[in-house]
Amino acid sequence: MSHSLQMAHGGGGRLSRELIEAEILPRFGQGPLQGLPDAASLELPSNRVAYSTDSFVVKPVEFPGGNIGTLAVHGTANDLAVCGAEPRWMSLALILEEGLSLDLLRRILDTIRDTANAGNIQVVTGDLKVVGRGQCDALYVNTSGIGVIQPAFALAPSHVQPGDMLLVSGPVGDHGMAVLAAREHLDFTHGPVSDTGPIYPLVRAALPWAPAIRFMRDPTRGGVAAVLNEIASGLPVDLQVDESAIPIDRRTAAVAELLGIDILQVACEGRVLAICAAGAAQHVLDAWQGCPEGRQSALIGTVTPGTGRVLLKTRTGGTRLLDIPAGELLPRIC
Amino acid sequence: MCLAVPMCVLRIEPDGTAVGDLDGVRHGVDLSLLESVAAGDYVIVHAGYAIERLDPAEAQSRIRLFQDLQTSRNADAGEGNP
Amino acid sequence: MNFLEAFRDPRMAGMLRDEIHELAGRRGKRDRPLSIMEVCGTHTMAISRNGIRSMLPSTIRLISGPGCPVCVTPPGYIDAAIRLADSGTHLVTFGDLLNVPGSHSTLAEARSRGAAIHVVYSPTAAFAIAQERSGTQVVFLGIGFETTTAPIAAMVDRAHQIGIHNLSILTAFKCVPPALHILAIDPELHLDAFLCPAHVSAIIGAEAYEPVCRAHAIPCVIAGFEPLDILYGIRGILQQVLHREARVDNQYNRVVKPSGNRKALDLLARCFQPSDADWRGIGVLPASGLTFRENWSTFDAERRFDLRVEKGTVNPACQCGNVLKGKILPTACPLFGTACTPSRPIGPCMVSNEGTCSAYFRYEGKGVPS
Ligand code: SF4
Repeated sequence: MSHSLQMAHGGGGRLSRELIEAEILPRFGQGPLQGLPDAASLELPSNRVAYSTDSFVVKPVEFPGGNIGTLAVHGTANDLAVCGAEPRWMSLALILEEGLSLDLLRRILDTIRDTANAGNIQVVTGDLKVVGRGQCDALYVNTSGIGVIQPAFALAPSHVQPGDMLLVSGPVGDHGMAVLAAREHLDFTHGPVSDTGPIYPLVRAALPWAPAIRFMRDPTRGGVAAVLNEIASGLPVDLQVDESAIPIDRRTAAVAELLGIDILQVACEGRVLAICAAGAAQHVLDAWQGCPEGRQSALIGTVTPGTGRVLLKTRTGGTRLLDIPAGELLPRIC
Repeated sequence: MCLAVPMCVLRIEPDGTAVGDLDGVRHGVDLSLLESVAAGDYVIVHAGYAIERLDPAEAQSRIRLFQDLQTSRNADAGEGNP
Repeated sequence: MNFLEAFRDPRMAGMLRDEIHELAGRRGKRDRPLSIMEVCGTHTMAISRNGIRSMLPSTIRLISGPGCPVCVTPPGYIDAAIRLADSGTHLVTFGDLLNVPGSHSTLAEARSRGAAIHVVYSPTAAFAIAQERSGTQVVFLGIGFETTTAPIAAMVDRAHQIGIHNLSILTAFKCVPPALHILAIDPELHLDAFLCPAHVSAIIGAEAYEPVCRAHAIPCVIAGFEPLDILYGIRGILQQVLHREARVDNQYNRVVKPSGNRKALDLLARCFQPSDADWRGIGVLPASGLTFRENWSTFDAERRFDLRVEKGTVNPACQCGNVLKGKILPTACPLFGTACTPSRPIGPCMVSNEGTCSAYFRYEGKGVPS
C-alpha cells in the first residue's frame, strides 16, 4: 500500500475495499460492524436513550494530550454523559483529504479504537470519503452516539434554584490553550496539555446524588463563560462565581497570559460543570475527587436570586460580569 | 495597550534568540531590542520580543513595600482598637 | 519566581483599597470627583477584568483614554489593507485588527472571501511567512504604539540585513506623548491626573512624560498592569493631589528606566521619522505618528504599491471619538449594547478587546453592583 491516501481510496473500488479491510475492520470489525452490513442492529436495554452527533475539525490534528480521534470519541460521549446517559454505541464517519499520510490516519484510528474501548463504547457503523487536495484540511471526523439514560437524573436549567452550588470537575481551558499553543509560528514548548477525556465516570460517581443535581454541561467551545451564561440566561437567578476557586493549570495560565486570552472563555474537552443542591454538593465533590478524572474538582460558586447574570468575584476582590466570548479566539498583542 | 509578560531567560540559542520560561512553558524570545542578555535574566516579552529587563530586586522591594504598608496599617488599627 | 502572581495578592489589594478610600476621604467634601485618565487600553482591560472600579470610592472617576492602537486606527487604513488583500497580496496581521470596521468591510470579511490573511502573534512570524513565499508580496499591518513599533522595527532591520525583498509594512504607528498634550488641555475633560502606560513607558522612559507633566501641571504616575500596581498607582495619584503636587512618578521601576530602552529608541529613530497621524475619533495630531525614513522606503507598503490611505467613513451615530477622549462613558452611546456589541461591533472601541466599549460590555455590563 502507498504511504498516502489517493482519491481511489474513497471510490468504492478495489483500493477502498483494501483500505477498509486493512485499517477499519481489524480495529472495529468485532461487533455489529462484522460483515459490513449497511446498518447496525442494536439491542437496547431500555426504551429511554440519548442520541447526539458532533463533527470534529481541529488544527493541528495532533496536539499535546490527544488528537482529533480522542476528541471525536470523547466529544460525542461527553454530550451523552452530561444528559445523564451512559454512552454505548457510536458511528464513525471520516472525510479524508487526498494525500493524507497513512501513518497519521493509522495513529488516529488506533486512538479512536483505544479511546472507545476504554469508555466501553462500540463503534457500530461508519463511513469514509476522500476529497481532493485542498477541499478539506487533513481530515474531518463526525461521530454520533447513543447512550442509555440513567433514570435517576432529571436535568434542566430551569431546575436551578437560589442556594444551589456550582462545581467544576477540574482545571479549565486546557484543551483550547493546548491546541492554540501547538499552532505553527507560535513557538511554544512544554505548553499546556489538552484535558480531552471521558466525563461519564464522573456522572456515574455522582449517581447516588442524582436527584439533587439540577443540570450538567461540558464547557467546550466558549468555555466556562459561555456555559454559565447559557444556564443563567432567562432564569430568575444570578450565578456568583469565585475566581480564586476555579482550578487552572499554570501552563495554561502562562500561555493565556502571553496571548492575551481569558481562560474562562477557552474550551475544555474533559470537564463537566454541575449545579446541584447545596446539601449534596460536598458529597458530589468528594465522589468526583475520588475519580482519576476529577481529582482537582472544586466548588466554584453559588446561585442567588437575580436576573440571569453571571458575576465573577475577582481574585483581587472586585466584582465583574462574566460575559460570553465574541467569537474566534485570536492571539492579541493589546 | 501592549500585553507583555515577564519571562526568565533559560538559555541563549546560537542564533542569538532566547528560550524564555513562564511557569514551565517555554517560548522563543527575540532579544534584538536589548543588549547583552544572559541566562537567568528576567525580561518583559511583548509580541515575541524582549522589550526591557525586569529588575528582580526592584520587584522584591516593591513587594516588601506592600508588606510593610500592611504591617504598619495593622499596627495603627491595633492601637486605635485595643 | 512568578512576577505576575506576586502583584495579584488579594489581601494586599484589600489593604490598598482601604488606603485609597482613606486618602480619598481626606479630600474636601466640596471637591468635584477626581478624574484620572488611564491612558492605556491594557490598563482599561486590567481595571475591568479585575473589577477595580467596584473597589474605588465614588469620588474617583477612572476615564479610559485613547490607549489602544487598534481603536485609533482610522477606517481608511483598513480600507487600504483590504484593497491590498483583494489584489492578491498576502497580509500578515495581529489578531486585534481582524474585526475592525473599515468604511464598508473588515479584514475578517476579506478573509472569508478568500483573501490571504495570516494572523500572527509576533512580527517574527511575518518574517518567516515572507521567506516561505519568496514569489509573493507580503505586507505586515504595522499598527501600534512605541511598544509594538520597536519589535516591528527590529523585524524590518533583520529583513533588511538578510535581504528579504518581498516584505513591506503598511504603517499606522502612533506615539503616546503627543496625544497626552491634547487630552490635558481639553476643557471638557478636566483631567486631574494621568495613569501612564506600563509597556509604552518601558520603551520611551519615564522622562518622556516630563514635558506634559510640567506644561499642564498634571500628575503622571506610571504603573504596571497587575492589580496591585494599578491600585498603588491610584494611591500615588491621590497623594500628589492631596499635596498639590504634579510630578512624574515611576511606580513601575522594576521595568521602566528614566530614559527608556536606548537600543529600541535608537532603532526607532534610525528607521522612522515623526509624522502627522490621524487618530480615529480624535483627528490629525501633529507629529504623533511614525513613518519610514527615506532610506527605508523600500519597506513602506504605501510607496511600494502606490497606495493612498484615504480618510474613510465612520458610522455617524458612533460616539467612539467622545469615548476615546473619555468625554462620555460607553453606556451613554445610543448604540451601546443594542446595535453595537462585541459580536457585531460598529465602532472600533467595541472591536478591540481592550477598547473601552468592549471592556465595559464584557466586564462591567449594565448595572453590575459597584
Ligand atoms: S458603543 Fe459602539 S457605536 Fe457606541 S461608541 Fe462604542 S463602539 Fe461606537
